[in-house]
Amino acid sequence: MDLGIGLIAVVVVIGVPAITVLYALGTEWVLGLLPERRRPGLRPWLWLLPGVVFLGVFLVYPTITTLVLSLQDKRSEAWVGLDNYLDLFGQALFWQTIGNTVLWIIFFTGLAVFFGLLVAVLADRVRYETGIKALIFIPMAISFVAASVIWGFMYEFDPRIGTVNAGIALLGVEEQSWVTEWPRNTIMLIIVGIWMWVGFAMVILSAGLKGINSELLEAARMDGANEFQVFFRIILPLLSPTLAVVGTTIVIIALKTFDIVYVMTGGNYGTDVIGTLFYQERFVNRDAGAAAAVAVILLLTIIPVMLINIRRFQAQEAAR
Amino acid sequence: MPRHRFLVGVAVLSLLAAACQPSASESPAESASAGPLGGSISILATWTDAEQETFLAMIQPWVDANEVEVEYEGTRDLNAILTTRVEGNNPPDVAGLPGPGQMAEFARNGDLVDLSDFLDLDAMAAEYNEGWIADGMVDDQFVGIFIKVSIKGLIWYNPTQFQAGGYEIPSDWAGFDGLVEQINEDGQTPWGIGLESGAASGWPATDWIEDFVLRQSGPEVYDAWWQGEQSWSSPEIRAAFEAFGRWAADADYVAGGPNNVLNLAFGNGGDCLFTDPAECYLHHQASFMSGFFEDNFPDIAVAGETYDFFAMPADEFAGLTTGGDLFGMFNDTPQARSLMQYLVTADAQQIWVERGGAISPNSAVPSSAYPDDTSRRIAEILNSAEVVRFDASDKMPDQMNQAFWSAVLDYVQNPGNLDQILADLDAVQAEAYGD
Repeated sequence: MDLGIGLIAVVVVIGVPAITVLYALGTEWVLGLLPERRRPGLRPWLWLLPGVVFLGVFLVYPTITTLVLSLQDKRSEAWVGLDNYLDLFGQALFWQTIGNTVLWIIFFTGLAVFFGLLVAVLADRVRYETGIKALIFIPMAISFVAASVIWGFMYEFDPRIGTVNAGIALLGVEEQSWVTEWPRNTIMLIIVGIWMWVGFAMVILSAGLKGINSELLEAARMDGANEFQVFFRIILPLLSPTLAVVGTTIVIIALKTFDIVYVMTGGNYGTDVIGTLFYQERFVNRDAGAAAAVAVILLLTIIPVMLINIRRFQAQEAAR
Repeated sequence: MPRHRFLVGVAVLSLLAAACQPSASESPAESASAGPLGGSISILATWTDAEQETFLAMIQPWVDANEVEVEYEGTRDLNAILTTRVEGNNPPDVAGLPGPGQMAEFARNGDLVDLSDFLDLDAMAAEYNEGWIADGMVDDQFVGIFIKVSIKGLIWYNPTQFQAGGYEIPSDWAGFDGLVEQINEDGQTPWGIGLESGAASGWPATDWIEDFVLRQSGPEVYDAWWQGEQSWSSPEIRAAFEAFGRWAADADYVAGGPNNVLNLAFGNGGDCLFTDPAECYLHHQASFMSGFFEDNFPDIAVAGETYDFFAMPADEFAGLTTGGDLFGMFNDTPQARSLMQYLVTADAQQIWVERGGAISPNSAVPSSAYPDDTSRRIAEILNSAEVVRFDASDKMPDQMNQAFWSAVLDYVQNPGNLDQILADLDAVQAEAYGD
């Protein structure tokens, strides 16, 4: 077995550059067959071809297949048109899932960006800035599942295990069950997500903050503006493109949530989100059609967000 | 251009080298030698921690004799993991099957190997009650063997605490009900219940409700129910839910109240029996619970002295619910065949029995193998019962089973919502039995 892995490693290390070189040389040879004036126009397309093929196979084809599956029945044998969607819309569980997803979008994004901005702005003025930022960024290094396990222990009902319940016991408050009551449990799960992603928001906003011309701020301060005015009238407007990019990225992450909910409650107690609903339909109910419908709905909700993200990104690039 | 030519040469040579790579190491299992089997086997089951150790000890003699490399994976999320792997065309060689319901789904899909090809059913019939063989069959295919079985619906109690409180074992339903009331009136909490079990949370409550259905409404209603022909909102099933909720959703009757019930892991549900002063007096659970008592309280739990059981009495009807761990084979390899043949033997079954917390369906396992009188009594009850029914929720399709789990969690939290909960279960029933 080790011999096999060693051989694979050798093949990859030599073979991948080899194929790249061969391909580049191959395209040059093909271009050499064509008239001189055509070459510059055609060359980029030939170079892009492998990338486009990969995208087609791994992105475009599955998306189309999912769309097709969503119009078919449980076992993908017969066409049922929009029945899967109509069935979904008729289920109370689906609307609760949508409700939870909206909660995630609003609170997760809002609070992650808010705290990220807060830390970025405050840390900017302190000497030990790097230390603070590193500390806040650390949770990003662990997986969703690991974070869920950690917080699962924090939320544990038994105060001898659960940090939160032990903490409130010190204040004389009776122990609470954090993960079984809706909507409190969704907020608790969102807190886990925020804990993980604040670092991301903070880092990007911090970079954006430093990109603001300090002369502008000095001029404003000399003109008599106080810190709040400087923040709200100058920093925030200049930061808005960055805020938009961070915000839309985190919205997409919120929509993709699955691990946290699955590990901490399994989707029980009304905490279902689109990710867990999809999983339930596909692997428990074995209903390929309904699962595909959920996936398509998720896709449709993400598309506008992605478009905003791309437009903003392009605007930022153009402004350079 | 010499440099170009050199690069092309290197590239072509390395591609040739890649193409001519020898095929992956050939499976030793294919070498038909007469000696030990060798090779490897992948096993997926739901056992973790102590149960995992016991299972590995159970197969150790086979592993030693055959020098097979065992890849064991244990997960409480067996339903999902097994389904995912089977559908992803990467099934384990042998695996625990969550229940007869899922076993039937896999078998009808053609994923399970028919074991009668290499297991001698006639020889098995001599050692196994026909019920256990029948439970492993799907449409004339024999696809599941039992590693161990259990009786459900035993009421565990602490004899020391019972004596101190002046309580007696009830012999009928009225006595049982009366006992619970008596404990409550004395200012104590009768029940200890724990429902948490990861992705399978809620399953102990389904055992409760099945016991009520069997004893209140009888085996025919029970059978119609798991086959999807008895509506969940029918009075019989509703009565069972309400009987359970009367105790589980009331802080006066269950230790820690409903909140504790939902958050407490099932393995710790009976811990309150062993505290001093007792935090609870009764715990409803299957026969394998003794294993958990011994693990959680190795110094305090002594069979017969600090923990014992009585069977849940008959109400309108008498009956016994059982459960069992089914094992099935997904890949027909020599190692898998050999392991399955080993697992049905009395020798293999005896190993788990000796370690406690298991009953063997193989009657050739001597009763002296059972570690204590408690286990022996359980084995006798199993062998002498007239009406025996396998755990209903395990026989339901996976979707129905999981909906049942979620429903009972919801019910314990919101007993007033019973109508809606039962109606939702009916909706799932219409869908889940569709195929």
